[in-house]
Amino acid sequence: MLLQVSDLAVNYGVIHAVKGVSFDVNEGEIVSLIGANGAGKTTILKTISGLMRPASGKIIYEGKEIQNKKSQKIVADGISQVPEGRHIFPGLSVLENLQMGAFLRKDRDGVKADYAMVFERFPVLKERRDQDAATLSGGEQQMLAMGRALMAKPKLLLMDEPSMGLAPIFINEIFDIIQAIKKQGTTVLLIEQNASKALSIADRGYVLSTGNIILSGTGKELLANDEVQKAYLGG
Amino acid sequence: MHTVLQQLVNGLSLGSIYALLALGYTMVYGIIKLINFAHGDIYMLGAFWGYYVINQWHFSFWPALISAMVFCALAGVIIEYLAYRPLRNSPRIAALITAIGVSFLLENGMSYLFSSNVRSFPQVIAVKQYHLGSVTISNIQLLILVVSIVLMILLQLIIKETKMGKAMRAVSVDADAAQLIGINIDRTISFTFALGSALAGAAGVLIGLYYNSIDPLMGMTPGIKAFVAAVLGGIGLIPGAALGGFVIGLIETAVQALGFSAFKDAVVYAVLILILLVRPAGILGKNVKEKV
Ligand SMILES: Nc1ncnc2c1ncn2[C@@H]1O[C@H](COP(=O)(O)OP(=O)(O)O)[C@@H](O)[C@H]1O
Ligand SMILES: [Mg+2]
Repeated sequence: MLLQVSDLAVNYGVIHAVKGVSFDVNEGEIVSLIGANGAGKTTILKTISGLMRPASGKIIYEGKEIQNKKSQKIVADGISQVPEGRHIFPGLSVLENLQMGAFLRKDRDGVKADYAMVFERFPVLKERRDQDAATLSGGEQQMLAMGRALMAKPKLLLMDEPSMGLAPIFINEIFDIIQAIKKQGTTVLLIEQNASKALSIADRGYVLSTGNIILSGTGKELLANDEVQKAYLGG
Repeated sequence: MHTVLQQLVNGLSLGSIYALLALGYTMVYGIIKLINFAHGDIYMLGAFWGYYVINQWHFSFWPALISAMVFCALAGVIIEYLAYRPLRNSPRIAALITAIGVSFLLENGMSYLFSSNVRSFPQVIAVKQYHLGSVTISNIQLLILVVSIVLMILLQLIIKETKMGKAMRAVSVDADAAQLIGINIDRTISFTFALGSALAGAAGVLIGLYYNSIDPLMGMTPGIKAFVAAVLGGIGLIPGAALGGFVIGLIETAVQALGFSAFKDAVVYAVLILILLVRPAGILGKNVKEKV
């Protein structure tokens, strides 16, 4: 098991955003965590990345507890995140944004090879490499955020609603890329409100509702599940 | 014509001092959204350091300048660590009040230790005047201009090209995203204080040479003017701070040349009020729109 979250609870002051959540991610999988707005998805990812501290529970990555580690240590250990809303660095060029993704890496040759890999995967970023990242369209910014996260050479990639606010053509492309990232050997924990897309590419999935996991299963099982159909797929 | 040129020379030398100071304000504001009211006092510490090492250790100009920069960088880092870091997640007003407290502490602490008397700054460089047509420029003015411009270019290179510089930019635009790529926020903030304070230290030594006199309260007025310069250029914007510094220097010199010396400080505050009314984002500031 690459990542194991057990009984995780996270609060914002008096608000209990995550109330004892357990799930796991095996190496090589795409695991989707779906749930409505406010279910606690982003909070879980922030806590895994070390931006928030849990009230209780454990996050075990490669056999070690990381819930109290600093974010830079977590990145160095191989967990990268594509945050909700992309959060690219405006004022920095596309290339500089990618460079920032490799901030902790010392293997120059590896970094060079990864620029090539990212540019191959996202040709539009190569075209716009010297442009201010703020001038990219929403879809392009999403690709930049993904490219930046990949530049850290993660073992586990956390993605927070990568399809949010994008045109359908971009959405399909983004999901194709996520599958390609998996094929290349990176494990993915994918958070989405677009449940049908997320579950159709996922090996396994979990359904989160107001801070609790209410369902789990393979992607196919969850897609076929009545409750999921009703609540998230408009069926 | 020649008076205009002469005032331009004077205004630019004074302005480059304000620019050096304004850069520190704007960098710190850019990264932690704090108006560091103690920044002018760091400049005072730099001047006193220069005074001390030139008199006691017989440093010449360059070692005095560079050691003052190092000393002030350390002072800035320590102040951030002790006074501002514990308040990082508190309401902004708490840090602001603390900054004013740090300023009083430095001013009164130095008055206590070294008395509040005005001292004359040792003239390590003999003053020479050059006459270019009808315009007179001193070697000290030239030195101030050249040193300031070189430091600004160095700063620009550090911010644009080095890893720490890029980390600074990343943290100032998006601290959470910066953490997610492994940037150490604390270290980046320390680095920012070190850079800004080093520039203030250099400004302190340069002003000592230029005006010949230093005292523990010398940082107050230039500190406020540099703050106005930073706001004028667009707070948080590095080129804005440099530009604002030069503009304030020129305005102040012009007011003096027109015979309104008594109002030279008041005019600078009037500029602040005007800019806040007319263009609160500053000369180079623009409203950044978020893309969806
Ligand atoms: N900064 C915050 N302060 C207070 N409450 C928050 C904050 N961020 C999120 N919450 C609350 O925590 C809950 C979970 O939010 P979030 O993790 O963002 O959900 P999701 O990503 O699933 O939409 C929501 O009720 C939300 O209102
Ligand atoms: Mg969310």
